[in-house]
Order: sequence, then C-alpha cells, then structure tokens
Amino acid sequence: MGSIIKVRDVKTIFDKRVVHDGLNLTINQGEIYGLLGSSGCGKTTLLREMVMLQDFHGGEIEILGNNLSNISFENSQKLKREWGVLFQAGALFSSLTVAQNIALPLIEYSDLSKKMIDEIVKFKINLVGLKTSDGNLYPSQLSGGMKKKSALARSLAMDPKLLFLDEPTSGLDPVSAREFDSLILKLRSLLNLTIVMISHDLRSIYDTLDRLAIIDNKKIAYEGSIDNIDSLKGDFKHIFMKVDDE
Amino acid sequence: MLDKVLYVREEDSNIYLEFSGQFDLYKITRCEKQLDSFVFSSFKKIYIDLTKLSFLDTAGALFINSLQKEYTNVEIEYKNLTKDIVDTLELVKLKKLDIEEVGKNSDNLFVSVGKNVELFLVGFFSFFLFLKEVFLAKLHYLKSFKNIRIKEIIFEINESGIKALGIISITSILIGLVVAYQSAYQLKIYGANIFVVDMLGISMLRELAPLITAIVIAGRSGSAFTAQIGAMKITEELDAMRTMGFDPYAFLVLPRIIALMIVMPMLIFVSDMMGILGGIIVANLDLNISFTLFLDRFSTAVDIKHFYIGLFKGPFFAFLIATIGIYRGLKVKNDTQSIGFNTTRSVVESIFAVIVCDAIFSIIFTNMGI
Repeated sequence: MGSIIKVRDVKTIFDKRVVHDGLNLTINQGEIYGLLGSSGCGKTTLLREMVMLQDFHGGEIEILGNNLSNISFENSQKLKREWGVLFQAGALFSSLTVAQNIALPLIEYSDLSKKMIDEIVKFKINLVGLKTSDGNLYPSQLSGGMKKKSALARSLAMDPKLLFLDEPTSGLDPVSAREFDSLILKLRSLLNLTIVMISHDLRSIYDTLDRLAIIDNKKIAYEGSIDNIDSLKGDFKHIFMKVDDE
Repeated sequence: MLDKVLYVREEDSNIYLEFSGQFDLYKITRCEKQLDSFVFSSFKKIYIDLTKLSFLDTAGALFINSLQKEYTNVEIEYKNLTKDIVDTLELVKLKKLDIEEVGKNSDNLFVSVGKNVELFLVGFFSFFLFLKEVFLAKLHYLKSFKNIRIKEIIFEINESGIKALGIISITSILIGLVVAYQSAYQLKIYGANIFVVDMLGISMLRELAPLITAIVIAGRSGSAFTAQIGAMKITEELDAMRTMGFDPYAFLVLPRIIALMIVMPMLIFVSDMMGILGGIIVANLDLNISFTLFLDRFSTAVDIKHFYIGLFKGPFFAFLIATIGIYRGLKVKNDTQSIGFNTTRSVVESIFAVIVCDAIFSIIFTNMGI
C-alpha cells in the first residue's frame, strides 16, 4: 500500500495568526483516515488546502503524486476528477435537481450518451441508499440526511479514488449517522476508495477509522491507529476526549 | 413589587451593607443607586453581611466581588451561608481571575483614517485582480470553441435581458412622454412646436435610452447577480465547483458578462423605440404634429450617428454592471448580512460607474466631433 497523500511541514498563517506550523502526515492507499482536533485547530483549513481551495504558506502537500505547490493547470484539472469532496452542508447546486447535480461532472468531462449518463446517475443514487425518484427533487426539498447522501453520490459520480468528507455525520440523528458510517465502509470495500474525513462523532471515529491524526498546537499531536491511542500520555488523551465531548 | 435586599447602616467610621432575601440581576441597579450616595473611600472599613441572604445568582455575586475588588478594606460576613451561595461566590472569584483585561485598542483619528484609506485601496485594486481573472478565463474560452458555454449564455440572455423588456419599455415610454410634454410646454411659447422632434430624438437616442436601460438593468440584473453568487458562496457551492474542477469564472462569471453585453444593445434599441413612441403620442395630442410629420422631421433632423452612439455604449455599460455585480457577489463573506450589504453596494457602484462611463464617452465623442 503506497501513500496517496503526503503532507510535509505545512505552515498556514491567517493575517498574523499561525494555524499550522510544521504539520506532517501521510495517508495510505485504501484507508479511512480521520482528522481530529478541537474546534478551531485547523482541520477544515487543512482539508481545504488538500483540495486546493486555499493556499498554504510553507511546506509541501503531495496528492496522488502531484505536488500542489507547483502543479500545472492541466494536471490540477486532471487531479480534480480523481477526487470527490463532500462538504459539511452538502453544497449541492441549488438550481439543479439531485439527478442533474450528479450528472453535471459526467456531462462536462465525458462524452457519454444521455441514456448512459441517466443509467450512471440512477446507479449512484441507489448506491448511496436513496430512492430513484429522489433524483427529481431539488436540494431545498431534501432533508439533511438526504442532502448528505446526494452530495456523496455527486462526489462519487466520476468514480474517484480519493474521497474527502467534512464532518459527514454532523447534523444527522444517531440512526442516520450509523447508516452513513456503514455506507462509507461499504463504499470503501466496493469501490476501493481512500477516504479522508473530519469527524467529531465518537462512534463513527471508533467504527470507521483505520488511522487518525489529532491536530493540536499547530502540529500533529498523534498519528496512528485508534487502538494505540489508549497508550498515549494523559495530555493527548485529554485533548482527544475534548474532541469527543462535542 | 421587588423586596428590598440591601440595608445600609453607618456606624462610627464604618459602613455596614446587609444583603437579605434574593439578590439577583434584577436588583443590582437598585443597589447601585442606593450605594451611589456614599463615598466609600471615606470609611475605615466596609462590612458586608450576607448571612440573611437566601439566594444569590452569579450577577449578584459579581457585584459583591467587584465591591471587594475595588476597596481593600472590605470584610465579608459569611456565617451560616447555604452551600449554593458559597459555591456561587467561589465560582465567580475563581473565574474572575481568568478574565484578562483587554484594552480596547482605539485608534486615533489619523490611524483610523489611514486604515480606512488602506481598506478602500485594497478593495479598489482587488477589483482589478478580479478583472484579471475574468480576462484569463476569457483567454481560456478563446482557446477552443467548445469551451464557450452557449447554454448558460442563452439562459442568462433570457433571464436578465428578455425578461427585463417589460419594465424597460414602460420606463422608456414614460420618460419619452415626460420629456416631450415638458419641452412642448416651452416650445409652444415660441411657436417652435416642430423642434420637439429634434429635442426628443437626440436626447433619447444618444443619452437617455442607454442610461435608463443601464439603470434598470443595474437595479434588476446586477443586484440579482450579486445575490445569486453571494448565496452560492455561503452554501459552499462555489467551493464545490472548484473541487470538481469547474472554474466558476467560466461557469458563472463569463456567461453572465457576455450575455449582458449581447443583450444590452437590443434593450437600448427597444428603449429608443418606446421613448420615441411616447414622444409621438405627446406631439400628436399636445402639439398637433401628425404621425407622418413627426417621422418626416425625424429623418431629416436626427442624424443616424446618435442612434449608433447610443447602441455603442450598451456593451460597455453591460460590462460594468455585470462585472461589478459579480465582483460584489464574490466578495460576500460567510454571513447573511454581507449579502444585503454587497447587493446594495453593487447597485450603487454600478449605476455610478455607468454614469462616469457615460460622461467620459460624452467628452470623447464631442471632442471627436461626433
């Protein structure tokens, strides 16, 4: 299993506030990797840097063999088709139906026939556990859980190798949250995905994550599997528990 | 109503403050007033008696705590207090130690003026940065015909052009009526009725129609651009587009700019027609100038160049309105307030920009002799 994402000595500064200073982590092929940390520690910022929504001020991020600091326009366009991103509130395009949302990248990036695209869209809708008829709804007509599922279906539209999830279970009721967890696990084994997720949900942290990183004090305080976390010094565990409280 | 909670008693050079009953945040102001009349520094000792207190909330505890802080010679009688009250006092004492005094860094006049000027300049130049992005996206467009998003452009032409026809027609016909009517009144005095055609033709074709159209479109479509794109920014739709490799400039910005630039001259043409129509009606009713006579005079008195100049301004106005509207939309921050703020700014700034642009054109054309 090779590493898919390498983050080396990343530094981020907002105005005068240093968010990350010398942050390192490695994410391997096929694992579900969690980014944890207390609120405001820069998890989402790190995720946004990985998906090229935000610049960082030092260090290197390498994703699927591309160094993000000096990536060419063509390569960045190619890279963006190889990942899917699930935003916290879904970020479905509000002027399009769910089916149109999922179809959009297929229409833009492929020369598939309309019939084929419809087929793929229906498959993706079923894959995430929605009904085919839900495809005709607009985002404003969906519940929170359905929005997340639709957004997940959209991020899977191009069959990405890499999936970024920003708090996938936040705002869901416990039953839906567990469903979402098992969906993520199922998709990982079905599609051989590598998943990077930010989570505050203790159950999904224990149930889904293979490895995790805790960000604290601008650096990675812990990186490794969840089993070893108990052997950590009390201080880190305390931080971890603080995460769990939320 | 409210029970009296504070009894003040002076003895020798000491003061006794006796709290009783329920001391909570509704009673603090009254206590403060009660204590205002005393000069505390003149007393040797301040005794605070809390023994009769039955309830104390954190606001009350803070009040007592601040008394304690302010004057060093305070002595508190704690006897027989319930555990709740002691806990509240302790909590306040403990947490108050954590509070750091943060001095308000109030700038003096020069610093704040400087900061505002800097902010203005940064905002002004960031508009040019935005224009750079627009032109880069335009270059990318030109690389291949397939990149041009015809469907979106047509959608926008319908949305911000065709659907605005009604309001532009009505506004223009009214302006035509008003201009003709007012000039008719003056012209009648000199018996120069027929000159209403010159007056109306030139002013409408050259200046009024383009300006009216631009103002209506700025209020109607420019503000819509800002609100749409601003809302998309708040819901992270723009971020989602970027991560999917869709350039928002190619998908959202350029189609709107191009659509408006295409449709604006057409709208100005409609506005011309409607304005003249308004003039014809007034000329007919008020000045007894027949329809044929009006058109006859029109073709000799009004040069075609005025018509072309009016249309020529269209794309420029459209570009200003669309870019300012979209730029303001992209400036929206992560809160709902800034949508309103930026929409207002977008309308005000685009109308201002259109008028400035019109003034510049006016000078250029007049100097060129057209």
